[in-house]
Amino acid sequence: MEKGNTKKGSTNRRKFLKIGLLSGATTVAGATLLANLASEEELQASGEKIRVLTPDGKMVEVDAESINNYPEAHITPAESRKGIPDRKFVMVIDLAKCKNARNCVESCQKAHNLDYNEEFMKIQLIQDHEEAEPYWFPKPCYHCDEPPCVTVCPTGATFKRDDGIVLIDNDRCIGCKFCITSCPYSARQFNWSHKPKFDDTSQPYSPETSVPGTEGTVMKCDFCPDMLRQGKLPYCASSCPMGVIYFGDKNEDMVTNGEETVRFSELINDRGGYRHLEHLGTKPNVYYLPAVNRQFPLERGFDVDEEIIERYKDVPFVQDLKDQGKI
Amino acid sequence: MDVDIRKRELVKEFSPMLLKSTKWSKIWIGILVGFILWGLAAFVIQVIKGHEVTGMRDNVVWGIYIINFIFFVCLSYSGAFISGILHFFKTPWKNSVSRIVEIITVVSLIIGPIFILLCIGRLDRLHYLFLYPRIQSPITWDIIAIITDLIGCFIYLYLTFIPDFAILRDNSEDVPKWRRKLYTFLAIGYRDTPTQRNRLHKITRIMSAMIIALAIVAYTVLAWIFSLTLQPGWNSTIFAPYFIVAGLYSGVGVIIIAMYLIRKYFKLDHYIRKVHFIGAGVILLVISLLFGYFTFSEYFSRWFSHKTHDANLLNTLFNRYFWEFIFANYIGVLVPIVILFFKKFRTIKSITFAAIIAVLGLWLNRYLIVVPTLETPYLPIQDTRPEFIHYSATWVEWALSFAGIAAFVLFFILIMRLVPIIPMSGIIDYEREGKGGTNSVTQHQLK
Repeated sequence: MEKGNTKKGSTNRRKFLKIGLLSGATTVAGATLLANLASEEELQASGEKIRVLTPDGKMVEVDAESINNYPEAHITPAESRKGIPDRKFVMVIDLAKCKNARNCVESCQKAHNLDYNEEFMKIQLIQDHEEAEPYWFPKPCYHCDEPPCVTVCPTGATFKRDDGIVLIDNDRCIGCKFCITSCPYSARQFNWSHKPKFDDTSQPYSPETSVPGTEGTVMKCDFCPDMLRQGKLPYCASSCPMGVIYFGDKNEDMVTNGEETVRFSELINDRGGYRHLEHLGTKPNVYYLPAVNRQFPLERGFDVDEEIIERYKDVPFVQDLKDQGKI
Repeated sequence: MDVDIRKRELVKEFSPMLLKSTKWSKIWIGILVGFILWGLAAFVIQVIKGHEVTGMRDNVVWGIYIINFIFFVCLSYSGAFISGILHFFKTPWKNSVSRIVEIITVVSLIIGPIFILLCIGRLDRLHYLFLYPRIQSPITWDIIAIITDLIGCFIYLYLTFIPDFAILRDNSEDVPKWRRKLYTFLAIGYRDTPTQRNRLHKITRIMSAMIIALAIVAYTVLAWIFSLTLQPGWNSTIFAPYFIVAGLYSGVGVIIIAMYLIRKYFKLDHYIRKVHFIGAGVILLVISLLFGYFTFSEYFSRWFSHKTHDANLLNTLFNRYFWEFIFANYIGVLVPIVILFFKKFRTIKSITFAAIIAVLGLWLNRYLIVVPTLETPYLPIQDTRPEFIHYSATWVEWALSFAGIAAFVLFFILIMRLVPIIPMSGIIDYEREGKGGTNSVTQHQLK
């Protein structure tokens, strides 16, 4: 009996110490964490409360959901499923300004450690009908609101986040490729073999950076959530010399290409914004502004690698250009 | 007792098939094992070097592996369907073919899913399907359907084997000890008493109805893997019934080919007779008409309405795949129809020829469903790497495909070594119910 009592007492003391230590630790950690609060707007409460110290010395209790990680912090696959609170990311691509400079492709490849032919952002040459002149068509992943790829994934390796981004967790992917066949926009690619760059572990894997890749799994454009967490634009948007790619938050109704910031709704309504293959019902989050009043003649886009020009050889317009000796 | 004597007679008749291995059978098994080893080597290479060794790339991500998968699963499904119908309606001439059909059902259902595994990039993560299952994915439905189907078919096949195991157990004095032990174990105390016989018949009948349903579900779900996507060539409402008819088409074809080979090889002319070939041939005729009708309405509606993306697909089919299309959808349908329609053409050899044409045509038909669609996506493929634009299977894929066929034949031969290919219990039941006594039709056939 006595023995039991002592035991109970010691556990209590240990518990007390534990609580003390824990609250101390949370207080210190909380002070720095508070600086990174995502926003002061209303959030969905998780129920879990964390006590934090404000910079002016007050102790406050906030919901665990409201605390953002360090912007530069490593986001684990589990954390990457949540999304950045209160955001709804959207991209607008102004086709009138695109001249196939390929800076978006190259900066994306550099950031995601991709090979020459691996492109998350592809630039296609599209001709709507015989009468129309073709136009350059940058094509990232559309991060659909009704993503067919997410529906068909048997393991939940690809998922839709609250902020609208569709990501792939390549630790979870079994490589069945069903998502590739179900994507009507051919946005997804497969790692067909092992590459030395996959062994680079200097940066721990996160679905938000898509680096390093893994053999036998699927990859695609990720909207660069790692940059978004730091309040920066995705690589494609920030690197475009023409300001073709606007990126922003639908909730704030603002998009920016780094130079000008405009209202998303105004841009779409005034300029006739549309989504590619709207009739499929996938509800993409990438909008296009039609290629009217173009700033550059189409031929300017052929000022690139011979190998890249070869891609477009099936477009009738390109054959004409070749016949005329213009390219 | 009459029946016991008859059982002994039958065992004596069939035991050479079970025990004796001729020089040729050894050579055949050697060749089959060779093919399987070649396939295994290809598999090892694929595992080590990655899927890069296949012809699959970012646009055509599924190649002949998935075509073989559909093909074998549809064999299995149609085997189950036909066997179920034979049993359920107590078809009079079923006895000679029912076991062939049942073995095809189970063996192809083992081979088929192996091909889908070859498509998977990370075999080491296969258990994630059960760790993180998502029920809304058609792949999950497929896994559930195929596993259920596999278990159902195994139970059914086993049920039909039990009486023969019992006969073999009771009548095999001069066989190796392990074989008798195996038969004793597998016969699970079946003594062929009227109560046991009745019960077994009842259970087999219930299972025969159940596997028809299971097979339809499994194959429908398989068709949905394609038709639930948005791709122009796949997103079709008739895909599930179309696949079911197509499955029956190739299934009946393979059954006819198997009947022909078994009849020839084991000299079972008095059991597998012309009437069986004509019966199967007429079924093949009906199904080929149905299959042709489905194929026509599938392509005709796409051609007539010619939406841009459908038109692109048809353009690919009629240019790049012209001869394949002609063979799969014209020759593969019309030749069997012509051969089987006219009575004077219905000989054993010509019916088998029609079946071969049907099976090859159907495999190509599956190829034309899978590959050209993936080569013609909504957004045109703009790439300079030829292997990313067009698919052509590499030796690794062919090696594994032939290994699959070899494994199919080998398993078939091994099962035929275990139990006679003509169910002895069926012969006995037939004699018991039919003419009574030993002066039965089968007895006449034996003479």
